[in-house]
Amino acid sequence: MTNWDRFLETFFNAKMMARYLPDILQGALVTIQIAGLVIVCGLLLGLALALLRSIGLRPLNLLIVFVVDLFRALPPLVIIVFIYFGLPASGVKNWGFIATWLSLTFVLMAFSEEIFWAGITSIPKGQWEAARSTGLSFGQTLINVVLPQALRLTIPPLTNRTIAITKGTALASVVAVGEILGMASSAVSNSYNPSPLTMAAIGYLILFLPLVVLGRWLETRMAWKR
Amino acid sequence: MLDTFANAEIARQAWPILLAGLGNTLLLSVVVVPLGLLGGLILSVTATSFDHPLVRYPLMAWVDFFRAFPPLVLLILLFAGLPFAGIQITGFACVCIAFFLNTGAYYGEILRAGIESVPSGQTEAARSTGLGRLQTMLFVVLPQAVRNVLPDLLSNTLEVVKLTSLGSVVAMPELLFQARQAQSLTYNPTPIVLAAAVYFVLLWPLVRLLSRLENRALAARK
Repeated sequence: MTNWDRFLETFFNAKMMARYLPDILQGALVTIQIAGLVIVCGLLLGLALALLRSIGLRPLNLLIVFVVDLFRALPPLVIIVFIYFGLPASGVKNWGFIATWLSLTFVLMAFSEEIFWAGITSIPKGQWEAARSTGLSFGQTLINVVLPQALRLTIPPLTNRTIAITKGTALASVVAVGEILGMASSAVSNSYNPSPLTMAAIGYLILFLPLVVLGRWLETRMAWKR
Repeated sequence: MLDTFANAEIARQAWPILLAGLGNTLLLSVVVVPLGLLGGLILSVTATSFDHPLVRYPLMAWVDFFRAFPPLVLLILLFAGLPFAGIQITGFACVCIAFFLNTGAYYGEILRAGIESVPSGQTEAARSTGLGRLQTMLFVVLPQAVRNVLPDLLSNTLEVVKLTSLGSVVAMPELLFQARQAQSLTYNPTPIVLAAAVYFVLLWPLVRLLSRLENRALAARK
């Protein structure tokens, strides 16, 4: 057996791959669930905070800035470990799943708030003044005039940041969630063969590579328009 | 509540353990940030110096590949996979390789944008005064490129320092790992709260600075 054959036999073992494919697929489903929940909740919360911030209440804004800073400064894994081991909910079913979901949602909330806020503040004051003077209320100006312009600016950075944070779903394996990496790790220790890990790696590429390419495309497209 | 999350006695006991972890986190950061920057420099300078599809597209694919790959997956793949290939490797070496590949791709993307933002007249002027290609890159283009993308570089550096917490998964005794050790010894989450506080104190100034820089960039665009 040549070295190449041995390499294939070890890392691309067809028998092992066939045996553990259902596990990996099941893990992929969990990964997609966490990712979807995180993206929806994180972006909505981030937008809500940015809108709250634009009202301009000083104590409220200080609080928002502090929360945002907190979740930008803490490593996601530290937040996950804290919620999982720290909060007294060890009896709750799927606590690892919930801990990961909450942690990544807060992190995405913080980063997207910054980006949404930057978008809102980048709209010239004249837009506000013109809209208000035509009789639109504060809320109407924000929703119908400022946000549509602001959101377009925020799409490229938001996409890249969202992808970077969503990749953090792999961290769930640390708190015993059976997502792709968790499934693959336990398969490796059961079978004493690294092929499931190879499959996991391919699985992540299938999930995330299209998103990265989309992010790159959005970046160049928006750059042309400006 | 306070007894569980901020137990003074346990905090006192755990403090030396955490301090050792903090030292390792800083040490790890000092190793992996330059490694990532080196990877990024190689990628970006190659991509911008040889403007040929045969260079550009493979490099773009390389960068996208490692941006799509969760760093933890890369780390586990190296740590659990390489021994099967007969390569014995320490957790530290795995972390170094993974960070070189992963953060190198991110730094590469940022630096490439920076280099492309420097007008080509700068290169032409420098070359016509007799500077070599390497000299032009080092002394004329790169300093301006770095200044143009400084907020992004700093923001990525913040992410890299945060990412060193992944070292805990491959048994590197950094801050999070030490905190979890202390937690399992004391059956109390105080060490993790303390570790989170240490991370926050360490990184908050950088976060504030970044917010400032971003606001200034916005103000300049108006």
